[in-house]
Amino acid sequence: MSLRSHGGRIGALTVIGTAIVLPLVIFVLGPNMPPGDWTNAGKSQVFDNTVLLAVMTPFTVFILVYIGYAVTMFRAKPDEELRDGPPIRGHFVSQVVWLVTTTAAVLFLAIFGSAELFASNGSGGGSGPNPIATPGGNVLPVQVIGQQWEFTYRYPTYGGVETAELMLPVNTEIEFHVTSLDAIHSFWAYQLGVKADANPGVDNIAFVKPTKVGAFQVRCAELCGIWHGYMFDTGHVVQSSQFASWIKQQRQAFSAVQRYLPKYATTYSPDPVARAG
Amino acid sequence: MKLRRLIGFNLLTAVILGVVGFYVGWWLGHLFDAASIDYFEDTGQNDIALFIAYFTGVVGFLVGLGFANYPVQRMLGKPSSLREKETRGAGRYFGLCTDHKVVGIQYLIGIGAFIFIGGLNAMLIRFELLTPTQHGWNANNYLTLVGLHGTMMMGMMTSGIIGPFANYLLPVMIGARRMAFPRIEALTFWLLMAAGVVLMTTIAFGGFPTGWTGYAPLNDQANMGMDAYIAFFALVGLSMSLLGLNMIATVITMRAPGLSWGRLPIFVWGVVSTSVLMLLAAPVLISVLLMVMLDRTAQTGFFNQAAGGSPYLYENLFWVFGHPEVYVLALPGMGILLEILPVFSRKPLWGYKLAVTGMLGIALLSFLVWQHHLFVSGINADLRPFYMLSTELISLPTGFIFVAALGTLWAGRIRLTVPMLFSLAWLFNFLVGGLSGVFLSDVPSDVTTHGSFFSMAHFHYTIMGGLLFAFFAGIYFWVPKMTGFQLNERWGKVHFWIMFVSFNSTFGPLLVIGFLGMPRRAVTYAGYLQGANTWVSVSAFVLGASMLIFLANFVYSLVFARVPAGSNPWASKSIEWQLPSPIPVHNFDRIPTFGDDPYPYGTDAGVAHRPAVAPARPTA
Repeated sequence: MSLRSHGGRIGALTVIGTAIVLPLVIFVLGPNMPPGDWTNAGKSQVFDNTVLLAVMTPFTVFILVYIGYAVTMFRAKPDEELRDGPPIRGHFVSQVVWLVTTTAAVLFLAIFGSAELFASNGSGGGSGPNPIATPGGNVLPVQVIGQQWEFTYRYPTYGGVETAELMLPVNTEIEFHVTSLDAIHSFWAYQLGVKADANPGVDNIAFVKPTKVGAFQVRCAELCGIWHGYMFDTGHVVQSSQFASWIKQQRQAFSAVQRYLPKYATTYSPDPVARAG
Repeated sequence: MKLRRLIGFNLLTAVILGVVGFYVGWWLGHLFDAASIDYFEDTGQNDIALFIAYFTGVVGFLVGLGFANYPVQRMLGKPSSLREKETRGAGRYFGLCTDHKVVGIQYLIGIGAFIFIGGLNAMLIRFELLTPTQHGWNANNYLTLVGLHGTMMMGMMTSGIIGPFANYLLPVMIGARRMAFPRIEALTFWLLMAAGVVLMTTIAFGGFPTGWTGYAPLNDQANMGMDAYIAFFALVGLSMSLLGLNMIATVITMRAPGLSWGRLPIFVWGVVSTSVLMLLAAPVLISVLLMVMLDRTAQTGFFNQAAGGSPYLYENLFWVFGHPEVYVLALPGMGILLEILPVFSRKPLWGYKLAVTGMLGIALLSFLVWQHHLFVSGINADLRPFYMLSTELISLPTGFIFVAALGTLWAGRIRLTVPMLFSLAWLFNFLVGGLSGVFLSDVPSDVTTHGSFFSMAHFHYTIMGGLLFAFFAGIYFWVPKMTGFQLNERWGKVHFWIMFVSFNSTFGPLLVIGFLGMPRRAVTYAGYLQGANTWVSVSAFVLGASMLIFLANFVYSLVFARVPAGSNPWASKSIEWQLPSPIPVHNFDRIPTFGDDPYPYGTDAGVAHRPAVAPARPTA
């Protein structure tokens, strides 16, 4: 069989394989990718993951088909006398085709990823103290304070009340301000699609808009010391009315300790020496 | 003279002087323990003493090996009497030896031992993760295991391929009789061994809680076990940069006549590109660790936010080293892959220039991507599109390596020997590793996958699936040359298939587990992940057991069976296979000259180097 027809077969198998796998990736696997459709950030990540998988599919199918085909068809027979293959040292056209297709895919992914990042206001990722992409309109700021080894939450628009549990109203744009009092932590609200490192002295902002009601998992995603594995929590997305009554009740419950708390600030300095100046 | 023979200098004197040096340093360090230094009172730990002890211990170890003999004799104006130990005896493997082939075998055994320890740590980690709650180790011991596994592997494996195979083969491949700096070559090995022992001493000082990344401010807060991590990685960095320097100098200055850059075997290019990374990246690591050391001892505040420093500075500097570091692990594997594929496809390397461009491109780009480790850290958020682009650009040169490999297979006469199986598995594993890397390079997708088991599984696919599979490919391919004995082919295949299947059934599910919300380095996990984690743990145990099969095969083949391999068991046309196995002490009687083709398969030329290679004289 001529080399050209080997090439044709590999090409055909790649096309057939891609035609089978690609729809499965786009319509079956993609929509079920984590972190799910609870929030705008989650949705944007699912969409991103689907696009990445779709772009990778033809390349993956080609490489696997090629290796499988080559190992089967070009294999020397066990009792065959040792002979050399043809001395082919390169092929200009296939090198150029490879270069152009991979470059196109990479540039597409980089542009797509950047556009998607800005379109989704950082896609739930920590975007530093001055994010460029911000949602317009009303936002609810919620401060997340990481310390060894728990998260606490402050609501500056509700008198800076500090709570031990995280409650968020549904269909509201949330502005997380993540900071730390000691080591580096990372606030990971899995179902919300939010992850932002908590650095001491840094106000790390992440945006998310939950659109479903329910409980979500919060874990620390950056090694922060001995009890890192126990630094988890359950948060809740609730209806606005429920949130309003909850926050009111929290303010009452914590009113007695409120005056011992430091004034709400974007960062805190727990070190007594530094605080004294 | 007789007395000197008796007392060394060898490994025994080195260990004795190393231990003595450690305790002398420990005593010296405690002279600082004055009441005026208040943090000793507060913390009850004396990091200064421990750092001095590590320093004097390592110096004692090196002096015991005989590294001081030559400079001291020269300084005193005496004729140097360094026993190079180049000629005979098993003793040369247990001391300072400047024969590059002895150093290569020392590396193979020494690094193999530490990889084995690192692998045992992984088994203990997976034992803990059999259940969602803590049941095996306490939280501190678990973190120490995680840190020891990561640090041991990342530190030792930097030289995992370069150490044994480049030291042994690179001079032969370029037609040289030795490395450019033979004493430095020996030093890199013994520094690495000293470093490995230093890291193990962390157990005696309470372990360290930071994992292999050692982030501030946790590294400042940690107890004395942290000092072992700092000393270990600084020593590894020193060894790496010296190794890289030596390799580059050797390739530049020691090539045989006619061996221009375009005629080098591709493995040499892999070594050169890796060495550039080692030489440029490792000094950053050494400096950042010195800063951590100063933070811990002299109470500076480089990384202490409250004192005006910044933990971001540590993250930045660490990853300026850390990302080139992971390509230090990947590139030599690519070199081995592209060296082995032509032999077992009976074809010249396809796209030689493309492959070289790929290696150099990876080396260059790897310096420009480090902040993709910090996408959600809040640092330089506006620069994320740039790092997204630069990270994804790395897949272009990596693609060159792949297309060169695929092209070499094209129309070949493929023999599925054990080294070839490991090479093909490399292609599969690195494909999965590379594709999973795309999710981590894309910021929206990275928000979920960062710091999860997904990123852990990703780099295990590239490092274990890439580097370790290439390491084994190199062992099965070259150990017959290095020892003169065949490795058993059937048990090699058993080892391969068990390792390949269990590797994928370990790390494939881990990719999914990460996506499902399991953070790295946590001793507990959510209950719904138990089934998957138990599956992974069992697979990991099988993976560990496959290493025992390898070990048994290795010992059986080399110690008991001892089937002579002959000079060229794979019918390769590369130069190292035209020499006797094992390669004699001075490599060549005459320096060979090289033709224009490193892979003359399918041409009438036969072996390009043969006319120039005189059979080496057996040395008594």
